[in-house]
Amino acid sequence: MSVILETTGLGKSFDGLRANNDISFSLPAHQIRALIGPNGAGKTTFVSMLIGRLTPTEGVIRFDGRDVTKLPAHERVKLGMAYTFQITSVFGRLSAHENVALAARRRLSDPAAVAQEVAQALGRVGLGDRADAIAGDLSYGHQRLLEIAMGLAQKPRLLILDEPTQGLAESEVESFKALIRALAAETTILLIEHNMAVVMELADHITVLNFGEILAEGSPQEIHANPAVQAAYLGTGAPDAED
Amino acid sequence: MSRRDWSLHLGLVALLFALNWILPAYHHGVVARVMVLAVFAMGYNVAFGYTGLLSLGHAMYFAAGMYGTGLVALHLEAGAIPAWFAGLGAGLLLALVTGLLALRTAGVSFMIVTLMFAQAFYLGILYFGDITHGDDGFVVPNAARRVAEVALSDAGPRYLIGWALFSVTMIGTLWLVRAPFGRVLVAIRENEDRARLLGYDTGRRKLGALVISGGISAGAGAAYALLFGYVGASFAGVQYSIFALLWVLLGGAGTVIGPLVGTLFMYYLVDLSTEVTDAYMLIAGIVLILLTLFMPRGITGALRQVWRDLP
Repeated sequence: MSVILETTGLGKSFDGLRANNDISFSLPAHQIRALIGPNGAGKTTFVSMLIGRLTPTEGVIRFDGRDVTKLPAHERVKLGMAYTFQITSVFGRLSAHENVALAARRRLSDPAAVAQEVAQALGRVGLGDRADAIAGDLSYGHQRLLEIAMGLAQKPRLLILDEPTQGLAESEVESFKALIRALAAETTILLIEHNMAVVMELADHITVLNFGEILAEGSPQEIHANPAVQAAYLGTGAPDAED
Repeated sequence: MSRRDWSLHLGLVALLFALNWILPAYHHGVVARVMVLAVFAMGYNVAFGYTGLLSLGHAMYFAAGMYGTGLVALHLEAGAIPAWFAGLGAGLLLALVTGLLALRTAGVSFMIVTLMFAQAFYLGILYFGDITHGDDGFVVPNAARRVAEVALSDAGPRYLIGWALFSVTMIGTLWLVRAPFGRVLVAIRENEDRARLLGYDTGRRKLGALVISGGISAGAGAAYALLFGYVGASFAGVQYSIFALLWVLLGGAGTVIGPLVGTLFMYYLVDLSTEVTDAYMLIAGIVLILLTLFMPRGITGALRQVWRDLP
């Protein structure tokens, strides 16, 4: 499989604090990859550099073979990367429909095509009947789903989801898992997730970060059995004990 | 856009047109002036109300239009139409240059930087008194205040030109904020980070919004010079930047008819309180405080709670 995203020697320092160190990471197309690690392991720093919200101190990011290290965030999005925020970040005073339409309109100019795309994206996350609701009035879980719909409406080639199941009810987590599985056919997914049940069930491959470095990589079974990973999670419990 | 929207806005346009033959002379003059000032407020609203750019320097764009027109008429003896376009061009250029610099900042810094630019512009007008006539200002030559056989200084043409400028600007901004470009401006106002991560170059769009906003403001200033015949440094002063903010806030930021409502309300508020007492600003101040307390979204914003689709 072709590699869609690749980093080489990626690092980030904040005033002497080493948040990410020498991360060389490779993500094949159409994979569901989970990025896990204890709190403060540098996961959000890493994906923030991928999408362009942070500038790396050193290293190279390649998307689809192209060096994007110096591209601003909006240019990366145009190339096909999409990002959903860890902290819910919807347009709170606009309708759910308009939130998703803003995501779709960047690549579609025909209003009918936009409306169709919006209906489809909202339907896929199960918010089809809430299109007219003001986003800020939606429940927290529904706002998370709305963010995912905004990601879908961009038809990304790489979808980065930062803790998408945080705040979702159990039934919503179930439908989220089904949605991600269905999406794997059309896009590549990088999932930062704390819910180990979700990770173990969804991910094809897992990358573990600890103290800003890659600690281990492998299939869910390999990661589950890895003593170094278990040690890293000591204090918060072994990874499978977190859910 | 719904039929109700169109009927509201076109109804307002028609009403203002009809008032030309109905209003008594004094109010006829006031409404003509208010319509031109409301164009300035609508320009400000594009930046502040729709894009969330709180500028404290918009008087410089209004004055750039006014001086661009006035100086070309005074020194180069240009006719009304070329003079108006000279004012518009001056405002657009100034908005582009100041925007490129000021938009490197955001929030409070943006307020301060725009305020400083406007003060520099104001002091520049005073400094180059040989050309601008400094504090005294100057009267626009009558030759420039006519188009063909029509004298712009006459009450009728003055009103109708103000009305035409107002109507075109209102319909134009209504179209703008309903178009995809305008939707993105609203998205930037609501959450710039999110808008950027949907793939929109928010920096360029903010610059675009500021240039449109400055251009509309300059168009109003240019028309003011031609219709009312006086160009003065006070229009470049900080109070005119604050006026634009107040008119928009009072009428309702981010609404299309809010700027007219706010300008009209404030004009008559000051006008009526002057009749009652010398301390008219006290009355105006108290009413403003009450309005912001009880109508935090302005007069039109309060209406919008009842009528949700009001643009």
